[in-house]
Amino acid sequence: MNRKIAPLIKDAVEFNLQLKPYQKFALDNGVPVYAIDAGAQEVIQVEMVFYAGNWFEQQKSVAAATNYLLKNGTSTKTAFEINEVFEYYGAYCNRSCFNETAVVSLSSLSKQLPAILPIVREMITDAVFSEAELDIYKQNSKQRIKVNLQKCDFVATRLIDAYVFGEEHPYGKYTNPEDLDALNCHVLKDFFNQYYLNGQCAIFVSGKLPADIEAQLNSTFGDLALKPFSNNLSTIKQSPAAEKKYRIQNDADGVQGAIRIARNFHNRHHPDFMKVSVLNTVFGGFFGSRLMSNIREDKGYTYGIHSYVQNHIHNSAWMISTEAGKDVCEATIEEIYKEMKLLRDDLVDEEELMLVRNYLIGTLLGDLDGPFQIMGRWKNLILNNLDGDYFYRSIETIKIISAEELRELAKKYLNPEDFYEIVVI
Amino acid sequence: MIQFEKFEIANGLKILVHEDISTPMAVVNVIYDVGARDEDPAKTGFAHLFEHLMFGGSVNIPVYDEPLQLAGGDNNAFTTNDLTNYYCQLPAENLETAFWLESDRMLSLAFSKKSLEVQRKVVCEEFKEHYINKPYGDVWHKMRELTYTVHPYKWMTIGAELSHIENATLDDVKAFFSKHYNPSNAILVVAGNVTVDEVKRLTEKWFAPIPAGEKYVRNLPVEPKQTAARSNTVKANVPLDALYKCWHIYPRTDMRYYTADLITEILSGGGSSRLFQALVKEKQLFSNIECYHLGSTDAGLVTIEGKLVKGVKMEDAEAAVNEELIKLQNEGISQRELEKVINKTESMMAFEDMTITNRAASLAMYELLGDADLINKELDLYRAVTADEIKNESKIIFDEKNSNTLYYYSNN
Repeated sequence: MNRKIAPLIKDAVEFNLQLKPYQKFALDNGVPVYAIDAGAQEVIQVEMVFYAGNWFEQQKSVAAATNYLLKNGTSTKTAFEINEVFEYYGAYCNRSCFNETAVVSLSSLSKQLPAILPIVREMITDAVFSEAELDIYKQNSKQRIKVNLQKCDFVATRLIDAYVFGEEHPYGKYTNPEDLDALNCHVLKDFFNQYYLNGQCAIFVSGKLPADIEAQLNSTFGDLALKPFSNNLSTIKQSPAAEKKYRIQNDADGVQGAIRIARNFHNRHHPDFMKVSVLNTVFGGFFGSRLMSNIREDKGYTYGIHSYVQNHIHNSAWMISTEAGKDVCEATIEEIYKEMKLLRDDLVDEEELMLVRNYLIGTLLGDLDGPFQIMGRWKNLILNNLDGDYFYRSIETIKIISAEELRELAKKYLNPEDFYEIVVI
Repeated sequence: MIQFEKFEIANGLKILVHEDISTPMAVVNVIYDVGARDEDPAKTGFAHLFEHLMFGGSVNIPVYDEPLQLAGGDNNAFTTNDLTNYYCQLPAENLETAFWLESDRMLSLAFSKKSLEVQRKVVCEEFKEHYINKPYGDVWHKMRELTYTVHPYKWMTIGAELSHIENATLDDVKAFFSKHYNPSNAILVVAGNVTVDEVKRLTEKWFAPIPAGEKYVRNLPVEPKQTAARSNTVKANVPLDALYKCWHIYPRTDMRYYTADLITEILSGGGSSRLFQALVKEKQLFSNIECYHLGSTDAGLVTIEGKLVKGVKMEDAEAAVNEELIKLQNEGISQRELEKVINKTESMMAFEDMTITNRAASLAMYELLGDADLINKELDLYRAVTADEIKNESKIIFDEKNSNTLYYYSNN
């Protein structure tokens, strides 16, 4: 045995990746349900996705506050009582608010579903948004913002999005303490009424599904005034900042700077999107990427550096993100631009490209481990108005994209003058 | 029920195999029985720095990551005060690549000077990112110093100070490797689309030739029972006052651990937990409050921490926390409340076991504690906890003499 010689491998690109198809049915009111029945553990996840993100709010932070307070009291139950039911049955009911969508998600042992679905129904039909609960929410959110504003990474992340999309755009706006002060119960109730009670909804259910899942969901949600998802959203104009470079001193005692470098980018429907995903992997998308190898593994400037394309529905941004030692922030930025230039000038060699192809396919194979992960993939496709074909085309792209194509894309998109740049210390 | 098979080879390496043919992947998880508690007090942070160096090339393989990525794999590692865990996941067909890589770095490292220099810097940036450059980032540094007088839990995994990492030498690295990184000090778990026979064959081929090395015998000072309340006051450039309280609890393998764990759930595991309801919702003294423990192998700590609502006095906040604890000590809990925290535990365990990566890591950790089958037995151990035990243990744990309090004041 010679330990210097690697064992033979099967190239991951030879694997036949399959995305397990979903079952689809509609509730009596037309709300679509996407279902994946898989897995060994007796667990289930039900996600109700509403078009109720900050895309729809007329006043800042209304969407997020409404989403959060769904669980904080109905006409018959206090927040405590609602939580007690979920927790007694070992279930988790989380809310999250994004740009276009807002989600109520329930995770529990499959056997407990009949006991807890009625509480979810109550939340999305009868939430009361009391003054007292809103006041606590405002107070605690403001305190959390105050703490976060002392962190350079938090400040930099907020600002870079605002530069790229504009502070008025849903992707660029952020919450200040005074936005929270301005909230009132009536605005929340109106928002709830329009975007939850009479809103557009899709349901994603995955895990070990009970045989009567369709009946359970239909009897709980099928008679509500909800409408099916339409995927037809108004567009909102972006107003990117004129100035491209920023240096901000946020914390006098700071020993690191948060660096964010970003440019606007297309959404998933653009033909370059999938190809750029591969280029991004080479550039800064995994541990073996150019940025990581150079700036962490060679220079030791940072604990980690990553690049990624934001997962937005309408428009996206291509982002580079790191926290580096205060004294090496400018050197780090210089190296980032050097790596862009290398990708514009030189071809990625075959060995590196093969590694990236195998890595991407291999991790994709690993990411599809389990029903929640499979459904997560589908949900992302569906919410982006894409189908299974997109998944298979992205795999094909990973397998066949050439070094020349990558260089062309780098020339098109990795030009420093197109990027916004910020360092917050 | 999580099935596994266990065997040991001549050099002392223990191997566990968990077959799951529903996934196309395999996970190879190697745990080394060494953590920050095994460090020299003058060279803290070393176990974690060493974890970084394990990716800097081994004796026959110049780089670890690339061959794994080429095989479609991905990996990571973490260090705690108790242990160091490495894991990689890759398509099951390429399982042997993981055996090749893991066995070579168990055999010996490349001990590259450049790797040490770079990783010292990387770890210093990690230290800064998490513990210096964040508001309240130094809390655990101070709390560990307050709560432990002799046991090495008195420093954080990242290290007590930056200089310990900056001063690490290649000789330190070599000595640490030969002391801790040998087969008798390791547990290998292979999970996923694999067979026991295949794992046996690959183990024989790649791991059996590694010399046994000397078994490290741990002999740590035992933390004496705390006999008087301790406290410390900090003023720092943070926006809000915060209160941190810790009490000593039991080692991970003590049966009372399960009682202590459920007590933390009763106090703060969600929107219907006691501290959240009383102090955040009803009295509005805190904007957040948590009660947790770290699951340490040796006797650990239960912690309650929260940030005060602006304008609330520290004494009032602390008195209200104590009032809740006294209520628990005097009145105990109802049967329904006990059922609630046990149900929550059951479902938490089911969710944790969903991925093979988690199952592999859990098996390794339970085996390190002495019995991998705890993965299947623990739910019953939780179910056996009674309301009386919770009441009684809360009197012992939350005894004022056992308390450590950190008053963290805002300068602003």
